[in-house]
Amino acid sequence: MSLRLIIVGAGLAGWTTAREFRKLDTTTPVLLVTADNGDFYAKPSLSNAFAQGRQPAQLVSTPAAKMAETLNVTLLAQNRVEAIDTAAQTLSVRSAAGLQTLAYRDLVLATGAQPIRVPVQGDAAHTVASINSLDDFAAFHARLQVVAGAPGAPQRQVLIMGAGLIGCEFANDLAQSGVRVRVVDPGPRPLAALLPPEASAALQLALEALGVHFDFDCTVRAVDHAAGRLQVTLATGETVPADAVLSAVGLRADTALAQAAGLQVERAIVVNTFLQTSAAHIYALGDSAQYASAPSLLSAHGSTLPYVMPIMSAARALAATLAGAPTALAFALMPVSVKTPALPLVVAAPQAGLAGSWAAAGEGIWHWIDAAGKPRGFVLAGAQTSQRMAQTKLLSL
Amino acid sequence: MKTYICIVCGFVYDEAAGRPEDGIAAGTLWADVPASWACPDCGVAKADFEVVEL
Repeated sequence: MSLRLIIVGAGLAGWTTAREFRKLDTTTPVLLVTADNGDFYAKPSLSNAFAQGRQPAQLVSTPAAKMAETLNVTLLAQNRVEAIDTAAQTLSVRSAAGLQTLAYRDLVLATGAQPIRVPVQGDAAHTVASINSLDDFAAFHARLQVVAGAPGAPQRQVLIMGAGLIGCEFANDLAQSGVRVRVVDPGPRPLAALLPPEASAALQLALEALGVHFDFDCTVRAVDHAAGRLQVTLATGETVPADAVLSAVGLRADTALAQAAGLQVERAIVVNTFLQTSAAHIYALGDSAQYASAPSLLSAHGSTLPYVMPIMSAARALAATLAGAPTALAFALMPVSVKTPALPLVVAAPQAGLAGSWAAAGEGIWHWIDAAGKPRGFVLAGAQTSQRMAQTKLLSL
Repeated sequence: MKTYICIVCGFVYDEAAGRPEDGIAAGTLWADVPASWACPDCGVAKADFEVVEL
């Protein structure tokens, strides 16, 4: 059994690696270890499921057992990897049944990222939710259903901490489903990290037209229980009633396991262009990886790329390497869709740390212009999102 | 007219709307979308879409 491939994590990165590997190698035993139940679902759907009236269970594309059977993978669900012995090439895995040791030929860490928690005071601070998995979403969904079911219930209210991509997507989705939404962010505008100020302003207007209320340059001080609901106290001292508080302030790579095993970790698990970590036979991809293939001016080890398309490219390259054909990963330009139907956006971010600035290039189009005057990124808003392919080609020239 | 969803990223293809920016006219049935077409959001193949009631 020492010849087996072990994948840790059953998110998009873990399952896609298994699927791509099986296209190339049908005989090597594959074991997938996950702390959750392993059901396969489209994670980006979590932030646009309310308005579509989709129930959490409907978001499962393929149940775990079916995935395992189709891909001929042994699934260890509800199992947590406690340690990696890089010299012996073994994992210590704990389940309700106890601890076991598993040997691997190659190991893939697809452990993802965990929500960043900002400290909040108050007796209901523990109720602040983050949605980073289908289970998280189901719990949040259930909470809003209970509120809606109360007799004479007022309009549901949700306060969102963070006006980034996930915060804005949830704001749009909830507001469109009849929830009153308030978004609190310490920065000056929505999606400040991705958009030029004019595009942020257009997004803010579009979301405000749906009834979303923004508090910028502001933070949440406390969340307390109050008469069966929550009372949120802002840094300004203002109090706001809410039925739920959603924290969407960002994710941080889950590197605890890798770090304990002595792997090189910076912002995430450092991998070379072959997705290999600093230890032989151990690889990483997805939200837990920092890719040498995604050059950054801020780090010699490259960047993290917390989106779907990079995972698909990385899984294909890694599967080939694991199947015996070492393949260096090269990322194409990968524009990201922001699922805010009030004002759809497509963003192709420039390389991290690149000097330059945004310039309007027409109604609803902005280019990131570098020091040499060359466009190195773009933002498309509204109807201009249809220019995605043409704009991507333009930048690739 | 039906809608199809990408099982990987949740992108929705609506037959009524088509995908004019990819050269797929409004009203194009899923069966008539070229097999070479890929999900614009995540790049997976047409085969990785399934029908969905929205």
